Amino acid sequence: MSHDFVRQLPGAGLRTQRKATLGDVVHLDLPMVFLLLAISAYGLLILYSAVGQQAGPVISQSVKLLLGIVAMVVAAQISPIVYRRLAPWIFVAGLGLLVMVFFFGLEVKGSRRWLRIPGVTNFQPSEIMKLVLPLILAWYFHDRHLPPKLRHVFWSLVIVAVPVMLIAMQPDLGTSLIIGASGLFVLLLAGIQWRLVFSAIGLGVISAPALWFVLRDYQRQRILTLLNPESDPLGAGWNIIQSKTAIGSGGLFGKGLFQGTQSHLDFLPESQTDFILAVLGEELGLAGIVVLLILYLLLVGRGVILAVQAQDTFGRLLCGSITFTFFVYVFVNIGMVSGILPVVGVPLPLVSFGGTSILTLFAGFGILMSIHTHRRITL
Amino acid sequence: MVEPLALKDHTWESRIFLRRIVFGFGILVALTLFLVARFFYLQIVQHDVYATLSDKNRIQVQSLPPVRGLIYDRNGELLADNSPSFNLTITPERVKDMDATLAHLDKLLELDADDKASFSKRVKRRRRPYESVPVLFRLTPQEIAQFSVDRHFLPGVEVEARLVRSYPKGELMVHAVGSVRRINEADARRLDAVAYSGTDHMGKIGVEKFYEDDLLGRVGYQQVEIDARGSIMKVLESTLPIPGKDLVLHVDSNLQQAAVDALGDRRGTVVAIEPATGGILALVSKPGYDPNLFVTGIDHKTYASLRDSIDVPLFNRAVQGQYQPGSTIKPIVGLAGLVTGMTTTDYSIEDPGWFRLPNKERLYRDWNWRSSGAGGHGQVNLQKAIYRSCNVYFYELAVKLGIDRLDDYLALFGFGVNTALDLPEAKNGLLPSRKWKEESRGLPWYPGDTVNIGIGQGDMLVTPLQLATAVSVIANRGKWIAPRMLKSGSSLLAESDARQMDSLELIPDRVWDQIIEAMEKVVHRGNQVYGENGTAWAHIGQDISYRMAGKSGTAQVVDIKQGEEYDAELLTDRQRKHAWFVAFAPVEKPTIALAVLLENGGGGSEVAAPVARAIIDHHLLGGIVPGVAVAAAGNE
Repeated sequence: MSHDFVRQLPGAGLRTQRKATLGDVVHLDLPMVFLLLAISAYGLLILYSAVGQQAGPVISQSVKLLLGIVAMVVAAQISPIVYRRLAPWIFVAGLGLLVMVFFFGLEVKGSRRWLRIPGVTNFQPSEIMKLVLPLILAWYFHDRHLPPKLRHVFWSLVIVAVPVMLIAMQPDLGTSLIIGASGLFVLLLAGIQWRLVFSAIGLGVISAPALWFVLRDYQRQRILTLLNPESDPLGAGWNIIQSKTAIGSGGLFGKGLFQGTQSHLDFLPESQTDFILAVLGEELGLAGIVVLLILYLLLVGRGVILAVQAQDTFGRLLCGSITFTFFVYVFVNIGMVSGILPVVGVPLPLVSFGGTSILTLFAGFGILMSIHTHRRITL
Repeated sequence: MVEPLALKDHTWESRIFLRRIVFGFGILVALTLFLVARFFYLQIVQHDVYATLSDKNRIQVQSLPPVRGLIYDRNGELLADNSPSFNLTITPERVKDMDATLAHLDKLLELDADDKASFSKRVKRRRRPYESVPVLFRLTPQEIAQFSVDRHFLPGVEVEARLVRSYPKGELMVHAVGSVRRINEADARRLDAVAYSGTDHMGKIGVEKFYEDDLLGRVGYQQVEIDARGSIMKVLESTLPIPGKDLVLHVDSNLQQAAVDALGDRRGTVVAIEPATGGILALVSKPGYDPNLFVTGIDHKTYASLRDSIDVPLFNRAVQGQYQPGSTIKPIVGLAGLVTGMTTTDYSIEDPGWFRLPNKERLYRDWNWRSSGAGGHGQVNLQKAIYRSCNVYFYELAVKLGIDRLDDYLALFGFGVNTALDLPEAKNGLLPSRKWKEESRGLPWYPGDTVNIGIGQGDMLVTPLQLATAVSVIANRGKWIAPRMLKSGSSLLAESDARQMDSLELIPDRVWDQIIEAMEKVVHRGNQVYGENGTAWAHIGQDISYRMAGKSGTAQVVDIKQGEEYDAELLTDRQRKHAWFVAFAPVEKPTIALAVLLENGGGGSEVAAPVARAIIDHHLLGGIVPGVAVAAAGNE
């Protein structure tokens, strides 16, 4: 690599001269680790209340968090070059798993989302896709000129469409939309022309009514319930009404930790999983919510900084997309619990009980740290 | 050719990226602020509203179950009604000490072990908080009074009035209308919990089952404010339930009663159809049972006695019973012969009382065969073969037609498939074919099998409903109308598994004339020399005031061995033949077609024909005693 070329890197002069920090040595980003631990701890506290102050679920959740942290540390040690080289194979393997779900998946409530590994565990291959899709797209754009040419945009859309369709067919509309978004973030960050973005949005708005007819009955019901929860207060609307009641009754500082009535009297369904935020809202009020939102925003902000400091296209796109996708999970869950988005089964990252998502979440942040800590620090 | 080397412009790329990601982060911050605003709205602006809602859980959503649709017969008589029933319920959330409460109730109302067991099962089922769970059903006024005295000692226990299904006609209509049953745990898992909240029963049999979605209606709800004891203080908001749709059926309860009366206390079944519409006028299966027993839970002993009875009252013979059709299918075999040219109206045979396949030993007997050799029908043409019910003629015709063509023509009349639009229990019967025999028994089709099918014996099975349908197709001269219970508009007809059939348009009029004339002679040809009268004439044809076309039949229950005569005396009651009679009337413009079967009744003409006659008399003459009708006709 010629010296001239390196100098073209933004801030290259500064970066090449800094010293290796402790974080660089263990390949971890300490501010990000701190934020992740803070959110996890806050989540455990809420969970402890949501399960009625029992130790059992909290311990089980802690074990999962620890496993997640291990996954993160391992993911961070692997050089980004390895990720890039393996990207196509990982993608093919991911698609293979999705196809396997289609044939061998466990059928639960009319949809096939899970693969069983006999004797070990069940897992959702779509979970892995939220990391794999940004990975393959970052790999795809890494060697190409940016902003991407139209045909590159076309092929990358094909790459996005295949897993999204497979997941939508499970059917799991909510997850397929989020996975699709994780792919589109890469395109957006790669510098796809705004006119393309806006025409796509325009097209989407026009074709939205047609989409209505494609949706299954229960999916339409969820949207209708969002628009008017009172229309079905015994069924789907029950969750939203009870969740809003829990949150609204919390007020500014809440009813006090462990004092929530909605959740502890079983009015609030799914209070340990998807609707756990309502417990926080009821017991710690607006203040408690704002604290959590600030922590999330700081974490995302740190992710953005890591993305900006990445040294190549692959690293930038991957960091940016993983970070934004994380935020989408946060936003969709909170939007759902507070009644501004339809009820889709998306857990609140790092807080909701259980969820195989903890592992992929931490692994994602591990990849971010890998990209950040494997930067060249000397010439 | 050397392609121009395009270098990646990294500075520019990273600048674009920086712009984009900062822009994106800006949007994320904006979205987060939007969420904060949303929570500010919920938790600060609307805090009072939600605090009230949450306060002491005063506000409850209760379901208002819809009223199940009523079912009427064609005369507007009520077949299925709803009547109030008082249940004792417990709301577990309001009970401090469940064991003490149950013990108190036990002392008061004497709960038996069954009640306690099913209550503890129901409590464990998934339900919404503060939804009450029934303990006792159908409280008597005395029980309600006893409970009221101790009511204030029993918080959480209440008497709830609910509408439950009742069948005013009781046993009479049970097999025609079907019935509702209590929703059990397996049903509950399968059903839409919202649609059925507050509803304890669902249609599980017959029309009640087929039209369940329409009859159910839509659940309503109310938001109520309650006090600490669970009493409703005021209704805040409510959406009334939408009652289920009422149904009008083709069935005529007077005719049904006439059919039941005509059967008397014999086991049997009647299906009567209006040929013009396919509407089922009567559908009787005797013995039946009182469906009201099942609505609020039947005790185990009564249920066991119904279930285990040798007379199988729970079994709907009319649609589930599968019997050999016997001679009742001879007109159809004759029709196939005429259409295919395998026989003509003039062709006749000499009937010695038996038939033998070429180079075979086995004798196929006629019904009047005698081991002495005195049997047989003499010279027989097609018409005589039908009105005398000559087996030998049809043995020969069946062999000439061959099983494939025979099957084709029998299939045209709906045998072997279900064609009933809204009778969910209807069976297919069995139309044997080469393929069926190969698949089910692994045996080839033998010519002897064909001989048996020619007179409706052997493996062929039909339901009384199928036979009545086939007869109404004959009455319609080939026009297919699918049998149905529902009269009130076809818009309610839900999707049905029934086979769609085509009308038999290619069969010429002269063939219908021949067949129908022969069936008419079964009833009306009389005052002839011995062996020349219609088989049913002596039993029903002598004093009849309208034209009826009919055909008798018998279905064997046990095989009669080669060379032996059928002797009813030697057989036990349950081994005797089933008696069939099918008929339609008036011949000129048929308004009723029916099939009658008496289990182990004996001969079709002497036993089943009078039942058919009584039913048709009731339909055409309005229940006037036949003798009187004849006298009136004689005065003209």
